Amino acid sequence: MPKTDVNELIAGPVAPGVPKKNPIVVADGVTRSFGGFTAVNVEHVEIPANAITALIGPNGAGKTTFFNLLTGFDKPNEGRWTFLGQQQYGVPAHKVARRGMVRTFQLTKALNLLSVIDNMLLGAPQRAGERFFASLVPSIWRQQEESLTEKADELLKKFKLDAKREDFAGSLSGGQRKLLEMARALMSDPKMVMLDEPMAGVNPALTQSLLGHILDLKKEGMTVLFVEHDMHVVREIADWVIVMAEGRIVAEGSPDTVMDDPAVIEAYLGAHHDTDLGDVRGQQEIAKDMESDLIKHEIEEEIEEEAADGR
Amino acid sequence: MDFNFIPLAFGEAISPTTAAYALATIGLVVHFGFTGLVNFGQAGFMAIGGYAFVVTSLQFHWPLPFAILATIVCSVIFAFLLGLPTLRLRADYLSIVTIAAAEIVRLSVKTPELTGLTGGATGLNGGAEDFQALNPFPNGQYLGPLHMTASDLWAAICGWALVLLACLLVWALMRSPWGRIVKGIREDEDAVRALGKNVFSYKMQALVLGGVLGGLAGALFILPRSLQPDNYGTQLTFFLYTIMLLGGATTIFGPLLGAAIFWVVLSLSDGLLSLAVTNHILPITSTQQGPIRFIIVGLALMLLVIFRPQGILGKKAEVFFRA
Ligand SMILES: Nc1ncnc2c1ncn2[C@@H]1O[C@H](COP(=O)(O)OP(=O)(O)O)[C@@H](O)[C@H]1O
Ligand SMILES: [Mg+2]
Repeated sequence: MPKTDVNELIAGPVAPGVPKKNPIVVADGVTRSFGGFTAVNVEHVEIPANAITALIGPNGAGKTTFFNLLTGFDKPNEGRWTFLGQQQYGVPAHKVARRGMVRTFQLTKALNLLSVIDNMLLGAPQRAGERFFASLVPSIWRQQEESLTEKADELLKKFKLDAKREDFAGSLSGGQRKLLEMARALMSDPKMVMLDEPMAGVNPALTQSLLGHILDLKKEGMTVLFVEHDMHVVREIADWVIVMAEGRIVAEGSPDTVMDDPAVIEAYLGAHHDTDLGDVRGQQEIAKDMESDLIKHEIEEEIEEEAADGR
Repeated sequence: MDFNFIPLAFGEAISPTTAAYALATIGLVVHFGFTGLVNFGQAGFMAIGGYAFVVTSLQFHWPLPFAILATIVCSVIFAFLLGLPTLRLRADYLSIVTIAAAEIVRLSVKTPELTGLTGGATGLNGGAEDFQALNPFPNGQYLGPLHMTASDLWAAICGWALVLLACLLVWALMRSPWGRIVKGIREDEDAVRALGKNVFSYKMQALVLGGVLGGLAGALFILPRSLQPDNYGTQLTFFLYTIMLLGGATTIFGPLLGAAIFWVVLSLSDGLLSLAVTNHILPITSTQQGPIRFIIVGLALMLLVIFRPQGILGKKAEVFFRA
């Protein structure tokens, strides 16, 4: 899947809150504070449709909280946002999902005592068999159940979980649970998939296939917003990057250039106030965290100079 | 020595009281075992059901089908009263509210102002008259050494039929997509919410279903006895929990087995203890004997939870993979 060209995504100069040509989510003035602490304070942000957008930022930047707000799992102090042009403020979480915005959780939520296939079937949208009285009459729901089971089996095969079909989800490894959570979310044919750290805890062998699945979502016309710390991953699959720090959107840009934005460097440096910045090794650590070639290059030069001075 | 108590103790396994306990426990299994609702007030549902049944048939002279309908309707209302304020909150709120509500019911029906209606602290006699009027069995003793009376036999037959019907209902629900959702809620309600299911509505449906089973159990419970408020104390709820854990909290037939074992063990230990007391084998008085049998039941429950936490009919893996 080729990357979408940046100029096809944005409708203005690159800056935090830049308008998009075809936004699927438009949020305005969204704030959420816990006690006196403001975890999210997003003035304006647009998520481009049918593209893969990475949401990055240091720990505690408010990424998960922003996810929770958009998906109805948390209520903002203020703010409005639309999804597919529809107001979505105050819509409860289950209705958000039915509108086509589904999410996964940073801490994976496999339903441990349900089998893998039951986990999958639970992801399919509302139907007759889920109503109390209709559920008592199998002839009402059996046909739909069978076709959904077929669909679930296809997805399981694609995510290489078909051998685990009958096992309790609780018996899967951490990485397999991430895969299951994602496959389960796809059972509802969502329009937008929001993944909170989908790679965390996934072993490197699985990472590549997970990336492939995310690219496939875009190919199938879906929109992806994902939180990720590994900049290699972001570079590889993201069309667009949004950077959060201390609750605000501090930068947006293409994955190749955004990490060189001074605001981003400051955001990450700010988050590492406990690291000794006078120490070159400390700076290098930050550079590693940011995966910024520019800053890495600068620091490496500095190390070389220091080494030369020492001689 | 008189060993007559032994067949009588085993007869407890099929008594109408055991059927009532089994039915109430099936309700608890729907709440706790399948949906993960920690209801500590199942005794309250039984009280509501028992009082609705007896008051409408005895005081209002409603015919039997209407008294049964009243039992169901009152249980539904009680479930809504408990569920509406709590089911959106964290899980522990429901347990606190249910345990308090059950006590409120028990103490309210005892208030002197309501004596005309509820019989106050002494309760009401004869709530089963309409039901026994339908008894096809002539007076006499039945089932050989069990010496069951005709009215007990009639209550047992109808009671166990109701229990089997409840088993069938719960089984049909739990194998369906509806059951899959409530089991998902038990595991993680946010995950289920994220998949587009109205979690609150399903929790309410489960609370109502288990509550109605509890209410019907309350009506069944008074068939062989009078209606007395203090039968519905908190300890009744904990007996039901004992039965549920004994049989297996996520099994359909566990409550039947659990209730039967509970009552057989209780009556056996009672019989053995009184044998030991009257023959001066144990240095205790007959008043101490009552509580001691409950200590035995408690001990048995502890051993069970340690060595077989999934219950007798439960699957080992279910405990292993519990998060
Ligand atoms: N429920 C909560 N109560 C109090 N503080 C919270 C809560 N949720 C998040 N926070 C705080 O909000 C900030 C942002 O958290 P989070 O959104 O999880 O960050 P991220 O996902 O970017 O690492 C953190 O400082 C966190 O401690
Ligand atoms: Mg997070």
